[in-house]
Amino acid sequence: MISAGIDVGAKNIKIVLVRDNRIIAKDKVLSGFEAKENTNSLFEKILTDNGLKKEDISSITSTGSGRKAVDFATVSVTDVTAASKGVTTKFPSAKTVIDVGAEEGRGIRCDDKGKVVDFSINEKCAAGSGAFVEAMSRALEIPIEEFGPMSLQSDKEIPMNAQCAVFAESEVVSLLHAKTDKKDIAKAICDAIAARISSMVRKVGFEKDIAVIGGVAYNVGFLRSIRSNLESEVLVPEFPEFVTAYGAALITE
Amino acid sequence: MAKEFWRWKEYNWKDDSINWQNGSIITAGVDVGSVSSQAVVLVDGELFAFSNMRTGSNSPMSAQNAMNWALENTGMTLQNIHYTVGTGYGRVNVPFANKTITEIACHARGANKMYGSSIRTLLDMGGQDCKAISCDEKGKVTNFLMNDKCAAGTGRGMEVFADLLSLPIEEIGDLSFQIEVEPEPVSSTCVIFAKSEATGLLRAGWPKNKVLAAYSSAMAHRVVSLLERIEIKEDFAITGGIAKNSGVVKRLEKELGIKALKTTYDTQIAGAFGAALFAKALVEKERK
Amino acid sequence: MIANYGYKDGSGDFFISIDTEKCNGCGDCLPVCPANVLEIRENEFDPMAEDLMAAVKDEHRKKIKYSCAPCKGEGRLLPCIAACELNAIAHSW
Repeated sequence: MISAGIDVGAKNIKIVLVRDNRIIAKDKVLSGFEAKENTNSLFEKILTDNGLKKEDISSITSTGSGRKAVDFATVSVTDVTAASKGVTTKFPSAKTVIDVGAEEGRGIRCDDKGKVVDFSINEKCAAGSGAFVEAMSRALEIPIEEFGPMSLQSDKEIPMNAQCAVFAESEVVSLLHAKTDKKDIAKAICDAIAARISSMVRKVGFEKDIAVIGGVAYNVGFLRSIRSNLESEVLVPEFPEFVTAYGAALITE
Repeated sequence: MAKEFWRWKEYNWKDDSINWQNGSIITAGVDVGSVSSQAVVLVDGELFAFSNMRTGSNSPMSAQNAMNWALENTGMTLQNIHYTVGTGYGRVNVPFANKTITEIACHARGANKMYGSSIRTLLDMGGQDCKAISCDEKGKVTNFLMNDKCAAGTGRGMEVFADLLSLPIEEIGDLSFQIEVEPEPVSSTCVIFAKSEATGLLRAGWPKNKVLAAYSSAMAHRVVSLLERIEIKEDFAITGGIAKNSGVVKRLEKELGIKALKTTYDTQIAGAFGAALFAKALVEKERK
Repeated sequence: MIANYGYKDGSGDFFISIDTEKCNGCGDCLPVCPANVLEIRENEFDPMAEDLMAAVKDEHRKKIKYSCAPCKGEGRLLPCIAACELNAIAHSW
């Protein structure tokens, strides 16, 4: 029996197909402005790519900020529920989930059954999300994939005054004019966003083990700053942006 | 090079009818903001000259440049000025200032002079901050709230939109009224998210002016909530660069149900003006 | 005068308010704050005044939500508010 999880995020749509609790296929596409059409085409694509038909899928669970766009879903759950389920299935020892997506940052505490105990969401403000990192990589004129590795080359601690992504862009420009090394600025940005995320997590109280998911989890600089801030190791799955869709697929009713 | 739509015109001004050599107290105020800087020169408390320019990325020189430009062709030099007060975000970078005073106090003082002593509530919408200030008839601050963490409701936010829509920033006020029906405001307060939302609206076929109207509306709405926290009392006035944006001002007045006082002075010099007035008060105090 | 230190962004309003008419600059609120958010300083909003008052330190003003987060448990009386006998401090959240 194959189940599907569809996570319609602010930036990307992720689909995961699961059989016996294991991922058998996954794919993603930009949400764009036509989320509904893009979700439908991605779903058809993942079926075709894996030689499957719609009838082979026994349940379809939608999640994500745009989940209403999935009109063919059989179940719908919140991101927080799906993320918890996905993380605790993959890492049974996890009690805290940090999920940083394109437009939202979430801190979730769960019990040993994967049920959500408390959570905090940082939404409506780009500063605690992937949008911040994107804006900064534009200001530094470096590709976003190089952001993390570049920041690891620095050990300096430059304070950043601006909390807002728009102001931070101007601040970065000033730092560049003052001949500050790009790698030091990249690290300062990772530190800034990690500080915001960790204080959000502290608000719900964090307990080990801590897992980090969402697209921003690919950023090794961010991970280093989070580890340092929370003074703890963190668990990062192989494909962090798919964990929420995976969790959704596991929730079949 | 592509036209920079967000770049507003910089300028200076002087009153040739004032003979400063006959003045008893000559003071200056320099307001170094994160986006723009102004220098104001007063002769016995009356406006003699001022300049308004972009701060740029070189803050230490901005104060000097603004001052030099204000003094251009006046025959006056720094030596003739009895007292200078620095203010604004970059006030630490006014090396020739005798004292620095926070911009909240300076804006209240400046507005009291520019709009009259009946003013009780002042909204300053600056380049990177938004201030709601309550004051008494002497221009003394009784309550205030400053938001300088978030771009929504600031000049930078508007600059981002002017750039996105490729519309010259000096015209966007009027352009936002060249629409058929007033649209709903954009739902995101965050400038970054509002920008994505606006891009979507443009792709859906919305004309630029309508998108501009939606954003101006959202900005006015956001500012109202900041003001309500300090309780608005008439008379009410708006200073700062956005005071020149009729698109935001009119929508703000509509939502508040209060008309803002107008002034013949340039709305962007309120901080520097107040600083220069404090300078005069301090000179008078010293001379007693 | 009521001085509101903090900010508003997409996630809400976060301000610490100090009523300078009530505050006498005694400093009782300083040692009880685990994050060292407060300080005693001259009145920065009235250049002609000479009195001292409590204020939120500059470096905390833009991140007050995060600085105060450790004290914001459910139903807890905030230590700074409890310490002030004159009721000069208030939190907006």
